[in-house]
Amino acid sequence: MIGGGNLKASLFITCIADLMYADVGKSMVRVLKRNGVDLDFPEGQTCCGQPAFSSGYYKETAVVAKKVIEVFEKSERVVMPSGSCAAMIHHGYPTLFDNDPKWKKRAEEFVAKTYEFSQFIVDVLGIQDVGATFNKKVTYHSSCHMTRLLGVEEQPKILLKNVKGIDFIELPFAFDCCGFGGTFSMKMKDISAEIVDEKVDHIIATGAEVLAGSDLTCLMNISGRLSRRGSRIKVMHVAQVLDQGGGKNAF
Amino acid sequence: MHFEPSFQKRYHKALSDPAMIKAVKNGTGRLRGQRAASIEAVGPERWMAFRDRAEAIRLHVIQHLDQYLEQLVDNVLKKGGHVCLARTGEEAVQYITSLAQKKNAKSIIKSKSMVSEEIHLNHQLEKLGCEVIESDLGEYIIQLAGETPSHIIAPAMHKNRNQVADLFNAVSKKKLSTEIADLCGFAREHLREKFLGIDIGITGCNFAIADSGAITICTNEGNARIISALSPTLVTIMGMERILPSIEDLAVMLSLLARSATGQKLTVYNTLSTGVRDENELDGPQEFHLVIVDNGRSKLLGTKYEKVLNCIRCGSCLNACPVYRNIGGHAYGWVYPGPIGAVLSPLFQGIDKFGELAYATTLCGACCFACPVKIPLHDMLYALRNDKVELENKGELAENIAYKGWSATFASMSRYRFSVRMARRFQFPLVKAGKIAYGPPPISDWLKHRDMPALSDKFFHEIWPELNKDRKE
Repeated sequence: MIGGGNLKASLFITCIADLMYADVGKSMVRVLKRNGVDLDFPEGQTCCGQPAFSSGYYKETAVVAKKVIEVFEKSERVVMPSGSCAAMIHHGYPTLFDNDPKWKKRAEEFVAKTYEFSQFIVDVLGIQDVGATFNKKVTYHSSCHMTRLLGVEEQPKILLKNVKGIDFIELPFAFDCCGFGGTFSMKMKDISAEIVDEKVDHIIATGAEVLAGSDLTCLMNISGRLSRRGSRIKVMHVAQVLDQGGGKNAF
Repeated sequence: MHFEPSFQKRYHKALSDPAMIKAVKNGTGRLRGQRAASIEAVGPERWMAFRDRAEAIRLHVIQHLDQYLEQLVDNVLKKGGHVCLARTGEEAVQYITSLAQKKNAKSIIKSKSMVSEEIHLNHQLEKLGCEVIESDLGEYIIQLAGETPSHIIAPAMHKNRNQVADLFNAVSKKKLSTEIADLCGFAREHLREKFLGIDIGITGCNFAIADSGAITICTNEGNARIISALSPTLVTIMGMERILPSIEDLAVMLSLLARSATGQKLTVYNTLSTGVRDENELDGPQEFHLVIVDNGRSKLLGTKYEKVLNCIRCGSCLNACPVYRNIGGHAYGWVYPGPIGAVLSPLFQGIDKFGELAYATTLCGACCFACPVKIPLHDMLYALRNDKVELENKGELAENIAYKGWSATFASMSRYRFSVRMARRFQFPLVKAGKIAYGPPPISDWLKHRDMPALSDKFFHEIWPELNKDRKE
């Protein structure tokens, strides 16, 4: 058995990673298995419901959220490659079921076992160095919901700084929003573009070869703008950086 | 100023004014930096304790507002003042204009008051033939420009010094340079003269102290202190929630207000003014009127939005907001801009008129962390969106249909998998080197400024069995 650890966890891949960033999912699976996690992928999972929730459509969100809770009912722990999706579960789900005590209880049980990827590695596995090697200059964007709602700030940076060969540079104004904001990026695209341009300017100014992040929608926004501006800076999820070089925990 | 009803038009106008955006970015950047430095000096943990204390004070006041209002009114009356409890802006304006008529006032000098902007007071006084002079430097600048404030504490933040020099030169006898010292010197000289001929002085109110009836006003220019000392008739306008129980609470709030607003340890002039001049006193008004304005505030009591009444108008959430920093204050369309305005405007003026402001935010949550009294602005923006869609049934038709469809599709794995496979099959005309750069609505909105990754050749759920083949169940 790959990994060989006793710690069981279920992967909630999230719709964006499932559909657009399957490679992030692959890296995540490899890193977790190398670090002793017995990972499964429960059938039936789709999306956490964040787009509808953020747009004010709570009834529609609740239908999907109930399904998600059922799918992961038997899981001991749930791990996700997205800070904002994890924050959606931690903050959105209890709000959705404010007037439904039965589902609120189930939502709270789900919240208690759900983690963002880097949070899971550092806080649950107790690992700060996954044994990766990556000889690049890397900076990191701190996504808003992951830091402000979920309270996960240092974990991804601890993991990145412990990657062998990495030249880690702090991003100025790392905690400023990238301008994505869900449907905001489309509804108010011209304001969103101004905000992401500030972010991109800061990233370029660091001289980094790679921008890492923990939230694929923020990264999609930033990389989309970098690409449109003709920049060669590579955008990677933290899991992809931690998957580099095989590492001491490689099987 | 002309009110353009469409938020979209307002923010496009803002985005097409690079001088304004540059001034706002400079201004907010400076205030934000100074605030961060002052919190660093206090220590983040002590700062959190400060905020907890301030939040507790404000919550207590809001939950006992009737009691504190009564105490405040009693004390103001005892100290020889008059009180007007105005249910609406019109009632407040009516009271003040009648007073101006009764006093046959010609010259009215004001210190900064956001409530007076909220109730459009100046215009009505000018209609009576009064000269109304704004004595706060920023307010004076925008008064000359015929504009409204664009920031709660720095009303002329959107102007640069060249623009200010042009405005001042239009009224100055001698030609002024664009040096800040020259410009301030002119304003000081010009306003000093006006202070000596006040008929009625009007001030705002940072905090009214319930147990003494004292009105606290914080300014960096000292203008409100001059007005409270020199006006024969003094009018103070306050929002009905701006009360503190006692002077001990004021100590907490003043240090929090200054640090949040500008990063100062304390505002330069903190004036406490109580009632009318005693026989043995040298200054102070002979007549004092306190106008307490409701104008939509009391209807928030007991609702999920009640905590918005905690606000002490420091402007910190504006500086923290990426949207505000990129469009400035006027685009918000009402007197309070930024995240606090995006919550207050729909609550005070109606979701119909201002509901779209709840979408004028990336929901990044920076405002909640900037707020010294811990208003959950972020949660309120979600709640307003939900109210718009579910309570008021005012969701956009296309969105109503889209989210119904989304819900039906994403609640079922087979429908989800079927529809995403269909989407992948039909995306090929748009994909070039794994990226999409051009496409039809609605993705054209995304693609206007950004590229988009194509749907993967293999979805994760399709490669999982391969990844998992060695795993024993």
